[in-house]
Amino acid sequence: MANILAFAESRGGKLRKSALEAVTAARSIADARGGEVHAVLLGASGISGQAEALGRHGADTVIVVEHDGFANYNPEASSAFIADRLASGYDAAVFPATAQGRDLAPRVAARRGVGMASDVTDITVESDALVCTHPVNIGKVIARVRVSGTPAIVSVRPSAFTPVESPREVRVEPASPSGDPSASRVKVVELREGSAGKLDLGEAPIIVSGGRGLKSADNFKLVEDLADAFGNAAVGATRAVTDDGWRPHTEQIGQTGRTVSPRLYVAIGISGAIQHLAGMRTSGTIVAINKDKDAPIFRVADYGIIGDAIEIVPVLTEAVRKAKQS
Amino acid sequence: MKIAVCIKRVPDMEARFKIAGDGKSVDYTGLKFDMNDFDSWAVEAALQLKEKAGQGEVVIISLGPDAVQETIRKALSMGADRGVQLAAAEIPFDGFAIASALAAELKDGAYDLVFFGKQAPDSANGVVGIMVAELLGYAAVSSINKLELQGTSGTAERAIEGATEVVQFPLPAVLTVDEGLNQARYPSLKGIMAAKKKQIEQKPAQLGAATVSIQAMAMPPERAPGRILGEGAAAVPELVQLLQTEAKVI
Ligand SMILES: Cc1cc2nc3c(=O)[nH]c(=O)nc-3n(C[C@H](O)[C@H](O)[C@H](O)COP(=O)(O)OP(=O)(O)OC[C@H]3O[C@@H](n4cnc5c(N)ncnc54)[C@H](O)[C@@H]3O)c2cc1C
Ligand SMILES: Nc1ncnc2c1ncn2[C@@H]1O[C@H](COP(=O)(O)O)[C@@H](O)[C@H]1O
Repeated sequence: MANILAFAESRGGKLRKSALEAVTAARSIADARGGEVHAVLLGASGISGQAEALGRHGADTVIVVEHDGFANYNPEASSAFIADRLASGYDAAVFPATAQGRDLAPRVAARRGVGMASDVTDITVESDALVCTHPVNIGKVIARVRVSGTPAIVSVRPSAFTPVESPREVRVEPASPSGDPSASRVKVVELREGSAGKLDLGEAPIIVSGGRGLKSADNFKLVEDLADAFGNAAVGATRAVTDDGWRPHTEQIGQTGRTVSPRLYVAIGISGAIQHLAGMRTSGTIVAINKDKDAPIFRVADYGIIGDAIEIVPVLTEAVRKAKQS
Repeated sequence: MKIAVCIKRVPDMEARFKIAGDGKSVDYTGLKFDMNDFDSWAVEAALQLKEKAGQGEVVIISLGPDAVQETIRKALSMGADRGVQLAAAEIPFDGFAIASALAAELKDGAYDLVFFGKQAPDSANGVVGIMVAELLGYAAVSSINKLELQGTSGTAERAIEGATEVVQFPLPAVLTVDEGLNQARYPSLKGIMAAKKKQIEQKPAQLGAATVSIQAMAMPPERAPGRILGEGAAAVPELVQLLQTEAKVI
């Protein structure tokens, strides 16, 4: 049997989009191998209500563990459960390359005694291996990584696998945890949510980013207003700006910050240093506004405007607002 | 307090990379190498804890060819006490193979804490630290940007999508370090002189079997050349028009 396991990430009792992406990637492997997709869903009581959406995206079985110890992310109990499941014979396991998945997947791999491919953007199924596309050297080189361990463990880059519906009669299989999840040594004792209603950089279809060219923390209001005008946008920043404390580090995009790939990326007062490009060069459309016509950002931008951001951005915000209304 | 820090020697990411003749590696001849930035923050974290405790030892471990001794020496000049090179002709891509060798070295060391960087920029795997923790049976928290110890336990914070997790853990523990935890110090002249006398022990790396390997490499597709639409606010209407009709993002 060539079954594929997918980790269905959730937070606060709700599935994350990354869960559907992992199931979609697992479905494509299972279809190539002629096997089933088994999704693992861990959460507090009531989480089984989320199983249906997993079935709609191609899970044949959803293995559900409901336990208060899974109310927050529980790395030790999660990895123990998944590693035990994998021991019953799976070809592969797919995790999202999110904060949770990046923590969990290597735990599971080490428990199974195999290596893994991280943050993959594409998977080719061969008879004895998965061959995965994985950007290396801050995205300046693309590697094809051969994963021949059993199980083959991969984490998939957020947004690289668009959730595809592939509905089926999903079996929900309640399961018991491996050991007592409340007894884990490592405990998430608090989850501090960012501002409500704010889109995460990884999920926003549009990102408006600002750099040192904005001149002050206060001028970031212009960036936020433009993001508001788009409606479905998140705000990003460069390291120059997060280092100065104008914006939190969580908004930093680049080599040591987040890697993003929105449909539209607007770079305002950003020079386009290689470390910044590392985090956004695969965006769909890139717009740059910079007063220096030789700024490297213009070499990756699809559309550029030369000039003072403080003057241009409010005009752009107004124009976007009008365009959205019409 | 006995602390180990595992550091990786990595190529300068500002360089222009060329695929080697074998089609599955990068030609690094002539490029500069240095300590992974995340690892320099890991070294800093270890040094700060030792200084705060007023006693202890910080041991630097790096797996790779003899050139990694230069990187270890840099950590020693920042203030670490001694180094271990796990000698291997090259650094494998498979994080589990690396983790197995590091865990074999760490397991009898009675370390209270073992620090790693969150990720190496060349492999972009971000797995080695967590795998070592599993192999040692240590508690582990990955990608931390805040840390406080209270006796034999600690509290760390990590950024997740749109939120922050506050995590408690007991010692001994493995911690992997994200940007923002601290600012790494530069080696002082005194530190550089002192480091010359510090010991770097060399042992063969007991690499685990690799199940993951690079079979091909390629350069990413170039972005099609873009257009400068004009200067100042006068160019805004054309931009918005293009975003609607050509890019179709509004
Ligand atoms: C190891 C390492 C890791 C790094 N990681 C990251 C990372 O993750 N993310 C990141 O972003 N950086 C990172 N950096 C830093 C990076 O090298 C750059 O220093 C940084 O990206 C520059 O930010 P910036 O573009 O905001 O500032 P600058 O480079 O100072 O550019 C400001 C730009 O604004 C323009 N400008 C000035 N005034 C105006 C105006 N009125 N209107 C319009 N334009 C104006 C200027 O022409 C200039 O191009 C890293 C560096 C290192 C060494
Ligand atoms: N060859 C190595 N020697 C010592 N430590 C390493 C080595 N490779 C990776 N590491 C550690 O593991 C971290 C993550 O690496 P990676 O999993 O390859 O992204 C690095 O930041 C280092 O702390």
